[in-house]
Amino acid sequence: MASAEVHDKIEDLKPPVIQVGVIGWIRSNLFNGWLNSLLTLVTLYILIKTVPPFIRWAFLDAAWNTSGQACRASQGACWSVVTKNLRFIIFGFYPYHLHWRPLLAMIMLFVLLFLSRERTNWKPWLFYSWLVGLAAMGLLMRGGLLGLEPVESSQWGGLPLTLLLSVFGLAAAYPLGVVLALGRRSRMPAIRYLCVVYIELIRGVPLISLLFMASIIFPLFLPEGLTINKILRAQVAIILFTAAYIAEVVRGGLQAMPKGQYEAAESLGLNYYQTMRLVILPQALKIVIPPTVSILISAFKDTSLVVIIALFDVLKTTQSVLSNPEWMGFSREAYIFLALLYFLGCFSMSNYSRKLEKELSAGEL
Amino acid sequence: MSRQEQAAASDPFWLDPGKRAIAYQVGVLCMVGLLAYYLVSNTLTNLEKQNIASGFGFMQKEASFEIGESLIPYSAADSYGRALLVGALNTLKVSFIGIILTTLLGTIIGIARLSSNWLVSRMAALYIEVMQDVPVLLQLFFWYAIFYETLPSPRQALNPFSGVFLTNRGVAMAVPAAHPCHKYMLAAFITACVLAYLLRRWARKRQEATGRYFPVVPVSVAAIIGLPLAVWFIFGAPLEMDVPRLQGFNFKGGITLSPEFIALLLGLVLYTAAFVAEVVRAGIQSVSKGQTEAAMAIGLKPGQVLNLVILPQALRVIIPPLTSQMLNLTKNSSLAVAIGFPDFVSVANTTINQTGQSIEGVALIMAVYLIFSLSTSAFMNWYNKKVKLVER
Amino acid sequence: MKLAKLLIVMVAVLALASVSMAGTLDDVRAKGYLRAGVNGSVFGFSMPDKKGVWKGLDVDTAKAVAAAVFGDANKVKFVPLTAVQRLPALQSGEIDVLCRNTTQTLTRETKNGLNFVHVNYYDGQGFLVPKKLGIKSAKELDGATVCVLPGTTTEMNAADYFRSHGMKWKPVVIENTAELNKAFFAGRCDCLTSDASQLAAQRSVAPNPKDYVLLPEIISKEPLAPVVRHGDDQWYDIVNWTVMALIEAEELGITSKNVDKMLKSKNPQIQRFLGVTPGMGKALGLDDKWAYNIIKQVGNYGEIFERNVGVNTPLGLERGLNALWTKGGLMYAAPFR
Repeated sequence: MASAEVHDKIEDLKPPVIQVGVIGWIRSNLFNGWLNSLLTLVTLYILIKTVPPFIRWAFLDAAWNTSGQACRASQGACWSVVTKNLRFIIFGFYPYHLHWRPLLAMIMLFVLLFLSRERTNWKPWLFYSWLVGLAAMGLLMRGGLLGLEPVESSQWGGLPLTLLLSVFGLAAAYPLGVVLALGRRSRMPAIRYLCVVYIELIRGVPLISLLFMASIIFPLFLPEGLTINKILRAQVAIILFTAAYIAEVVRGGLQAMPKGQYEAAESLGLNYYQTMRLVILPQALKIVIPPTVSILISAFKDTSLVVIIALFDVLKTTQSVLSNPEWMGFSREAYIFLALLYFLGCFSMSNYSRKLEKELSAGEL
Repeated sequence: MSRQEQAAASDPFWLDPGKRAIAYQVGVLCMVGLLAYYLVSNTLTNLEKQNIASGFGFMQKEASFEIGESLIPYSAADSYGRALLVGALNTLKVSFIGIILTTLLGTIIGIARLSSNWLVSRMAALYIEVMQDVPVLLQLFFWYAIFYETLPSPRQALNPFSGVFLTNRGVAMAVPAAHPCHKYMLAAFITACVLAYLLRRWARKRQEATGRYFPVVPVSVAAIIGLPLAVWFIFGAPLEMDVPRLQGFNFKGGITLSPEFIALLLGLVLYTAAFVAEVVRAGIQSVSKGQTEAAMAIGLKPGQVLNLVILPQALRVIIPPLTSQMLNLTKNSSLAVAIGFPDFVSVANTTINQTGQSIEGVALIMAVYLIFSLSTSAFMNWYNKKVKLVER
Repeated sequence: MKLAKLLIVMVAVLALASVSMAGTLDDVRAKGYLRAGVNGSVFGFSMPDKKGVWKGLDVDTAKAVAAAVFGDANKVKFVPLTAVQRLPALQSGEIDVLCRNTTQTLTRETKNGLNFVHVNYYDGQGFLVPKKLGIKSAKELDGATVCVLPGTTTEMNAADYFRSHGMKWKPVVIENTAELNKAFFAGRCDCLTSDASQLAAQRSVAPNPKDYVLLPEIISKEPLAPVVRHGDDQWYDIVNWTVMALIEAEELGITSKNVDKMLKSKNPQIQRFLGVTPGMGKALGLDDKWAYNIIKQVGNYGEIFERNVGVNTPLGLERGLNALWTKGGLMYAAPFR
């Protein structure tokens, strides 16, 4: 009791002001030691030298919706190159009066992606809505039914093309990659060697060589008269390329599975497919989610390479705007806009993978 | 046992896993073979029907196109084979320099990401996130456009330091004028490197045997810098510089780095460094704090802690992903074709265009990159084995 | 399992692919449209306008072929191709005809398995330089940085020219025409070299066309002609005679405006040409109205020229070599009989 009274009398001593609050935080995070102080000062100096002029250029002095001539006169960034040509950049050569169709298709895609974010939605209805959604998107893009005007795939371009290549590329490469990984771990030597050769061969060459192959050689492989659409050929090249990388990631997951899992499954009398489908793959695929997503992100970025074989994806449409004399010389602004688009796509994917990883590891405990 | 044998004997063959496996494999092989046969026969018929030449005979023919930059003497009168060699060397050049710069920059950013300085670590994180999320091709276009759209023509060259000129034709830099002493300096440098290596081995042996420590790093650095310098002084310290001068259309003298080369290098290095930074960070974080504390507790100096305790363990984690990043950089250097740097793909592309032999051209591209990739990974595997933990 | 998957994939691929085994004409007829390879970024020859409608001399040539085959000049799908893609695209059958300012050469006709039809534009290679360099002749280009499309005859001609004059040069090669021009106009090179007509086209779309001059030297012969595959003579004939028909119509004075009136002409040449006297179309395997359809819907060569690249267009090109032979040019059609 006595001690309690004593305690009451003494006022709680506050920590010195330089150890808590803003000042304390600054001290312990920015100026602990001479090296850190120096680094902080240097970084601050660089920031002060670069950020305000950048803001000035990008926002205050910028031209937002003017003609090219007006842009040349102004000091700041010329965002007009994007705003004035937005429809061409986004939709390419798609017939002008039909732009609502790819737009609607993209909105559907985003809605579906948004719905798929929550794991609680991963139920059969979501799968069916993807099927229906993809079919509807294809119909919207292609037309020809239900009174929609048909649009040749050679007129597809811009962002819908980028998304098409990415979504189908990822969706098809994933199962193929899993099959290849299983093949590489197979006990049958012929299948194993085939898979090894395939994976190593593809991983050893740049994507651009596969795209060249798809665009200029592949037609020679086919019997005369048989031709396959240019976009589809590029799509196949992207799928084959991505699958090899996914296979390696999945193999990592398979190798990490303890042997006991296989033995337990076998002792339950499960055959190979059951073992894989019910026991091994669900666990193995789960532990490789983060590397898989980074493969998916690079596949998304790599779709930009189709520029080199003259497909009009969003990068190519931007470039053709930039070769228009009115807008020559504003590459910086246009490329920054594109970088922002890609950044949003990739960043949301990597963010999602972090979230998923957290959820899955929480479920484990 | 006997029942099993009995069962195996009476079962039809498709229930025997061994035989089934053989059947599967034969089936798959047949399918692959058929597919290959189908494609090859189609190709041959197509080639024959359209009278397209095939084979690598064109390699000896005169290329009759010029190449912008080359490490070996080359003119339009040389053969396609030599033109392709020029391209391959250019690819090697950009990859080699790129790998060195990427490793340096990536390591710095990776360490910065772990810095206790909040500002520095945030900036590093921002850099990593932004650079990783923008396609490298877009970055290449961006840097290339910046280069020729913002920099002035040679006549109004920017001159930030004496001897360095920035123009839309590239960066012209002064280099020491050719002097006989350079050969000897190079020899001295190589000797110093060999000496440093021997010294390191000797010091390690002595330390293992007697426990006495020898300051290898400062001594080696001193030798590597000092020996060539000494040679330089012996020759009377020639200071003459080969300064670029504006002459005719462009700068003559010194060395000029083309905008294509710089844009390619910049794009590749900045992009790949972001990935390397993540690799380095993960590697350093994989060494538990207890290791550092233990090393300090037995009285090692901070430099020694890094050298003898942290690095050997971190490297083991870092090397494999670092290798794949280096390979990525090499493979991404093929994007040079988009901005006009004459790398292998670009030269092969021109060759395809002029000879019309696309199959041979693409096959060459694939073969060259496969050789680069396989030899790099072979070297890295060897190195990885060397630094691997020898477990008892 | 795997087998089933593979089968599904193969079926899907076959379903998506278009199969055709017969000759090019039947194949084109079955498809219902013509696939023509074009450049896509040369103003006046082939370039989509702001609404994505293709315009240009090469585009009109392809349209004339469609008019001859279908009687409808709009049944063409244009495929923009890069320099490296153009020959493989034709060889593989991805396109039926290539109208992409391609120079006729011996190698291309033999080793690459292609056939060039009648020339639709006689060109020669020139140099475009900024006025402020103060250069008057290509011989002053020693040490210059030159923008050039890789893998073209242009690139080889330039190499030959500089070599034979003992001059040094530095090529900048970007495969994409638009990117290459952009680099030139931004000052990456001292000089842009290409076919003179293309240079005129590039200059006409430059930020300041008056700041650039064409040097007087023309260093090569560039007969630009539509291309078809080796080994399909009927198709070769159709494309060849379509180009000739454009020229013949100009010589006969038939234009898209007066073609209906000309149907009543008493001139036996015109009667044969327009199919009033039947026979010519049948010989080609086409409708006898084929030439009428071409001229009615596309116009004669002179009209096409003036509409796309002539003096009243931004390109402002003179007829020069491309005038009729009767007017001192090289445009000469074989007799229609």
